Amino acid sequence: MFEMVDVFLVVGISIGFTILLCLYRAVRGPGVFNQIAAVNVIGTKVIVLLVAIGYIFERPMFVDIALLYAGLNFVGTLVMAKYLERGEICSA
Amino acid sequence: MFSIGVTDIISIIFMAGGVFFMVTGAVGLLRLPDFYTRLHATGKCDTLGEVLMITGCMIFQGWSFVSVKLFFLIFFIFMANPVGTHAIMKAAYYTGLKPWKKGEGRR
Amino acid sequence: MIKRSTVAVFIVMFAFWVLLSACIKPLQGHYDHIRIVVGMICAAITTSVSRDLLITGKENMTLRKTFRLLLYIPWELWQIVLANFDVAYRVLHPKMPIDPCIIEFDTTLRSDFALTTLANSITLTPGTITIDVEPERGRFLVHAIASKAADALLVDQTMQNKVAHVYMEEGGGE
Repeated sequence: MFEMVDVFLVVGISIGFTILLCLYRAVRGPGVFNQIAAVNVIGTKVIVLLVAIGYIFERPMFVDIALLYAGLNFVGTLVMAKYLERGEICSA
Repeated sequence: MFSIGVTDIISIIFMAGGVFFMVTGAVGLLRLPDFYTRLHATGKCDTLGEVLMITGCMIFQGWSFVSVKLFFLIFFIFMANPVGTHAIMKAAYYTGLKPWKKGEGRR
Repeated sequence: MIKRSTVAVFIVMFAFWVLLSACIKPLQGHYDHIRIVVGMICAAITTSVSRDLLITGKENMTLRKTFRLLLYIPWELWQIVLANFDVAYRVLHPKMPIDPCIIEFDTTLRSDFALTTLANSITLTPGTITIDVEPERGRFLVHAIASKAADALLVDQTMQNKVAHVYMEEGGGE
């Protein structure tokens, strides 16, 4: 009657709703720094959402995708911060 | 009626705590008045919420390769999130964004 | 000819490959010859390219430092949990009691790992985030969200002393 899949469904829907809340700051935030911070937060929540979806569909492959996306999100935020501070990404 | 054991109850408690901290992080992002204070809310609450939630998934899984991968994911997020927060705060400070003092308007 | 740090980097790379491809017997994996051989070749190529980036081989007494670091981590985890309850209280309170300010202080830590550990710990503990670090003088620029959190960092200096004890440098603050 009450299985573990229901728990993961509730968790996934809550995290999806939270991502929609963060989207307001990503659209409205006065200045570009608020928008970058909001996109970083959305990326972190998407990692957790991927793990939860992996448990709902019973495929353990989604954890590898979450690992890869964590790396991509981190590198993306660092590159944006470096560009905004110096005006260029790598000084040749 | 229920098909849930004791380990499953513990993992549900961890996951509920994780979701609570993530919702607090998002509420802080909307409610706080300035960029620097918003980074306080998200940089701390997001990291702990994720660590708790993935620990819940690890306890649910038991001993297998998937839980070792999840442990590595926890370790990576633990190192990477504060560094990203610090990098973007440093970029904002050196571009000239002024911090908020008590008694000013919202930004 | 082959240094100890190169062997250490090779072991780390190969362990990561084994983690991702599940090719050994314990923990529900499938034993497979081809994956292990390909893993060793890939780890050797990666090690020869990035030999001195991860483990430099310039620090001494690494085993004792690693042991002390493992003892430092539970204290830090407890501080993180306290920090998050503090932030949740400030965010969800209807009046939102915050009073931000920016502080600056010096420490006596000089090595890369020690400065990084202290900066991460400051970011993860109640009420403070690191803005900038100067490696020559060990100067930290920190944004605090309330004066109580700022005092815990400036006056008590518990965290600086603990990190200096882990990495075996003299003193901890000024």
